[in-house]
Amino acid sequence: MTKFIDLTLNGISTGAIYAAVALALVLIWRSTRIVNFAQGAMLMFTTFIASAVLNGGGSYVLAFVVALAAGLALGGVIERVVVRPVENAPPLNAVILTLGLYTLLVAIAGMIWGNTPRSFPAAFSLRGYRVGGTNLLFTPNDTFTVLVVIAVAVALALLFRRTSLGLRMRASAFAPEVARLLGVRVGRMLTLGWALAAMTGALAGVLVAPSVFLGPNSFDPILIIGFVAAVLGGLDSPPGAVIGGVVLGLALSYVSGYEGSALVPLAALVILVVVLMVRPTGLFAATRERRV
Amino acid sequence: MERDPPGLSVRDVVVSFGGIKALEGVSVDVSPGEVLGVIGPNGAGKTTLFNVICGFVRPQSGTLSWRGEPLGRVHPDRLAALGIARTLQGVGLFDGLTVLENVMVGAHRFRRANLGSAMLGLPWSDIDERRLRDRAVEALTRLGCSEVADRLPGTLPYAVQKRVALARALACDPALLMLDEPAGGLDARELTDLGELIGSLGSSVAVMLVDHHMDFVVSVCHRVVVLDFGRVIADGEPATVQHDPRVLEAYLGREAEPADAMSATGAADAHD
Repeated sequence: MTKFIDLTLNGISTGAIYAAVALALVLIWRSTRIVNFAQGAMLMFTTFIASAVLNGGGSYVLAFVVALAAGLALGGVIERVVVRPVENAPPLNAVILTLGLYTLLVAIAGMIWGNTPRSFPAAFSLRGYRVGGTNLLFTPNDTFTVLVVIAVAVALALLFRRTSLGLRMRASAFAPEVARLLGVRVGRMLTLGWALAAMTGALAGVLVAPSVFLGPNSFDPILIIGFVAAVLGGLDSPPGAVIGGVVLGLALSYVSGYEGSALVPLAALVILVVVLMVRPTGLFAATRERRV
Repeated sequence: MERDPPGLSVRDVVVSFGGIKALEGVSVDVSPGEVLGVIGPNGAGKTTLFNVICGFVRPQSGTLSWRGEPLGRVHPDRLAALGIARTLQGVGLFDGLTVLENVMVGAHRFRRANLGSAMLGLPWSDIDERRLRDRAVEALTRLGCSEVADRLPGTLPYAVQKRVALARALACDPALLMLDEPAGGLDARELTDLGELIGSLGSSVAVMLVDHHMDFVVSVCHRVVVLDFGRVIADGEPATVQHDPRVLEAYLGREAEPADAMSATGAADAHD
């Protein structure tokens, strides 16, 4: 029973990170209909920047803020400079482009910071809470992770649902030409969408880095799992991405705990295939009639 | 030119797609308070003309001016700020947004809050939201759609969706309202309502509408421009234009579509 509780708690905290990655993918998919394969490399890059701040003597808080700001800037610049030219091109162009961007960012990171994985500190203690004489597998840092992801998800939800800016962003995502006709600066909305997505990705990078070490390729598995979570949630729905992330976190935690961690990537892919076969619009698709 | 209208003025516009001339030197004027109908057989260039005014299509030559100012490179996203609103063929609503939200997007040029304060969730971005909401509710009430404000457009009858689209266009308080096939798919009573609404817009709003429904065009429009093969072949009062031999020829003289005439049925919604 203790093991089950441990695995559940662990699943929730890793699920929160998957949720952030899934959210980053969903925000970009919604606004530009592009699956951003470069997301893993982007969050790797911003985490390296945070690491550089820490090595330069900056505090954790500063590094954290810098990582998020770097994410915002990186996302915005990539949309403006790299994605904008293929906006009206066939979808495959954008796919190739994000794959190229992935390679580019990984190579640049390797050139600047080297290919040897380095450690990245956690925000809070990694020693589990003590309850009734035993240490739980849930740490103060896990609490921080879950709370930060919830805070960002809620902030994004408020932005999208409660502000006229969010309304314009949603309108641009649904029908860019119509939105343009109504006076919405669609280009800006897309840039902002990418910036917010990359910021959410940067958050996931900083949160996951303590447990995977930091190297140019160390976040690749996270991207794949985040993608599965996004598909699980319907790829189109931010709340679905968050739920998908937590559900996947729990599922993979149980697989890892009861069957062995070697099976985790396989389990993630099996879930992906099953979801695509049984409910291709995702378990929590916001609009079921909208098939792509 | 007998007058220099303070409304929209289109001069000698030429548009060609590849080798096909869609518009060959078209000139059209609309003044505030005027309701102008643009008619013509399918493929005559009506929608292209709308697209030129909206900046979706760049003309090869010709000029446009709006309220005396040249409309050089029109960007579609600047139109609302210039007081130009357009509805689309069909309905063109955002499927995933509620009716109210759809209309709020139309009203958004009246917002105050900027990006930064909206992202920080500062209080005035909330007030701003309320202002847009009030405007949207006002436009919906005017069109008699306020009770469906919280529904998704896809769940509503077609005629109601068209009204919502019109409410969205009116929400930006336009000085030029461009309606692309507003009558399409509406029944007789709904047409009467639409006609009354257009008639009630007042002397400050110029209306430009494209439609196939002749009875509707004749009853609603003050003036009609007829396009055929990208040229203006007639321009005048509906009753006069209706009996112009060249107009009759344009509609009747084509073997391929003898039924698509300027008849009283006007049921030419073939492409819907």
